Amino acid sequence: MISLPPHAGPLERIWHYVFLLICVLVFGFLIAPLLVILPLSFNAEPYFTFTEGMLSLDPEAYSLRWYEALFDTNPNRENKWLEAIPNSLWIAACSTLLATALGTLAALGLSRSEMPFRNLIMGLLISPMIVPLIITAAGIFFFYARLNEYAELTGSFIGIVLAHTVLGTPFVVITVTATLIGFDQSLVRAGLMCGATPTRVFFKVVLPLILPGVISGALFAFVTSFDEIVVVLFVGSVEYQTIPRQMWAGIREEISPIILAVATLLICVSTLLMIAVEVLRRYNERQRGVTPG
Amino acid sequence: MGKDSTRQTGTDLDAKATSYGGDAIVRFERVQKSYDGVLLVVKDLDLEVQRGEFLTLLGPSGSGKTTVLMMLAGFETATHGGIFLKGEPINNVPPHKRGIGMVFQNYALFPHMTVFENLAFPLEVRRLAKGEIQEKVRRALEMVRLGGFENRRPGQLSGGQQQRVAVARALVFEPDLVLMDEPLGALDKNLREEMQYEIKHIHENLGVSMVYVTHDQSEALTMSNRIAVFNDGRIQQLAAPDDLYERPENAFVAQFIGENNRLSGRVSHLDGTSCAVDLDDGGGRVQALAVKVAGDRARTTLSLRPERVAINPEEGAFPNVFEARVQELIYLGDHIRTRVSLCGKDDFIIKVPNAQGHAMLREGEQVRVGWALEDCRALDA
Repeated sequence: MISLPPHAGPLERIWHYVFLLICVLVFGFLIAPLLVILPLSFNAEPYFTFTEGMLSLDPEAYSLRWYEALFDTNPNRENKWLEAIPNSLWIAACSTLLATALGTLAALGLSRSEMPFRNLIMGLLISPMIVPLIITAAGIFFFYARLNEYAELTGSFIGIVLAHTVLGTPFVVITVTATLIGFDQSLVRAGLMCGATPTRVFFKVVLPLILPGVISGALFAFVTSFDEIVVVLFVGSVEYQTIPRQMWAGIREEISPIILAVATLLICVSTLLMIAVEVLRRYNERQRGVTPG
Repeated sequence: MGKDSTRQTGTDLDAKATSYGGDAIVRFERVQKSYDGVLLVVKDLDLEVQRGEFLTLLGPSGSGKTTVLMMLAGFETATHGGIFLKGEPINNVPPHKRGIGMVFQNYALFPHMTVFENLAFPLEVRRLAKGEIQEKVRRALEMVRLGGFENRRPGQLSGGQQQRVAVARALVFEPDLVLMDEPLGALDKNLREEMQYEIKHIHENLGVSMVYVTHDQSEALTMSNRIAVFNDGRIQQLAAPDDLYERPENAFVAQFIGENNRLSGRVSHLDGTSCAVDLDDGGGRVQALAVKVAGDRARTTLSLRPERVAINPEEGAFPNVFEARVQELIYLGDHIRTRVSLCGKDDFIIKVPNAQGHAMLREGEQVRVGWALEDCRALDA
């Protein structure tokens, strides 16, 4: 925390504490809606509010029933979540793999000074981040519809994976490009002068050093795909559900607190991923001999 | 000094220089390099590197020396001309197939690998057996006096140690040719001098050919068998260090290597190897060695080393004797740097050795100074 210098005047002191208060309020505004979800997901009643029992911390008012319902495998009851979860994981995994490979290659190319039209290409690649998602989604939908006579892309696994790859690639391009700025290109030359082929130099020298950037880009791509609903609404189908789409349907049609359990799990997964990014960042700085700040 | 006066032009100097060591390992034939298709960075380069030789490319920044090294390494392509390695053209051979070792300016050690892994890398690429790799790495580290540092990371080493690892990595796969691109630039003065001797000794012990790029003339003089002085994309002179210092062939080399008094004037009488030069503004007439003068009445620059000027010489010892006035004395320990005004110039430098019984001068004193004809070289204007 910023400490006050000893020569601070009364106005500076007042501003210092007001500033701290503003910071706390901003954090609260950002985090409170997430934190509220956590206890609510253990509600014993099918409500989205805190019951009196919960407020008086009565153990009877809490239960794991929504988590049980989420993972209910009884074939007599329909549980769309059980389809949605593996769907979402598969889509996220595949689109992450594609986005990471393509984004890393693009960043490597764009970091070379002899590459023509660098800024233009960079702008095009990261445009899915900037263009409103609904426009990208609609564009993808009409594009797929045109292609449908050759390949059934709408409502299919591959269709969603490809669309999510487009959305995830900008994150990889940006993080890898940022990592490459600090990359000493003479290491590539040194590798070549050791007699290694360019491919070997890439895998043995370049990739290990930019790996933290690649992985954090991949994590962002994964989260992007995992959270994504707009494209899935356009391109997906009733038979092909993902977690966000199931949540959307859950809120509109059945209003079941299962989605609170899902939301809690998603928050946990996202938090773990972000911690992973931070750990990687520190590891990377240590490897380069920079002391972590 | 007697044999010096028989030397006249650059051609026989070059003939002596290129006869070093026998056959050439590298040959540049009329090589040109241009980055933009207009401006030539390297102009008509003809150069041979002899087997086992330590050749330094010396010059100011932008003189083309680094470009020559990069063309040899394969990171730049020659716009015109041929580059030959052991007689084979290598213009179209990529860097990793040239089999040349290289030490980079910033060492370029792989930061994610240990010292052992750095040195093993070129050997693993060549698919050597594990035991052989360990043996070669061990010997290479002993050669640079870093035995026991196998498991350190480059980030845990000092600049000098990193430098030694980089040298060991360039030599560990036993290449015939090693390139060094200003490898000592980042080190402090003492360490730099220590490393100069170390690299020189490694070169002498291994008999490997080295091409070394630097802009530091004392480094070049210390380490090299031959030095190619670059300026403006051309080799100005290619000679052994002592030749280069004592017998510069043009005004650029004279001024770039060591300290140098310059006097400009016009040739008044050219007589075979020697000439008389009338200094500008009636400064007097100087007897000089005609090294590179265009002919009678041509303009010329006289080059004279500050340590070759004698104070109060014996009568008749030198053909050139002038009156000078001491302007400034700077005490430098082993010698006293003396600035005098002479022949209408007031920035004429004389290095007076701080030897026992040597004359001590005072500022404002009037003295006679003299120098030999052979030490005063008439070069291009």
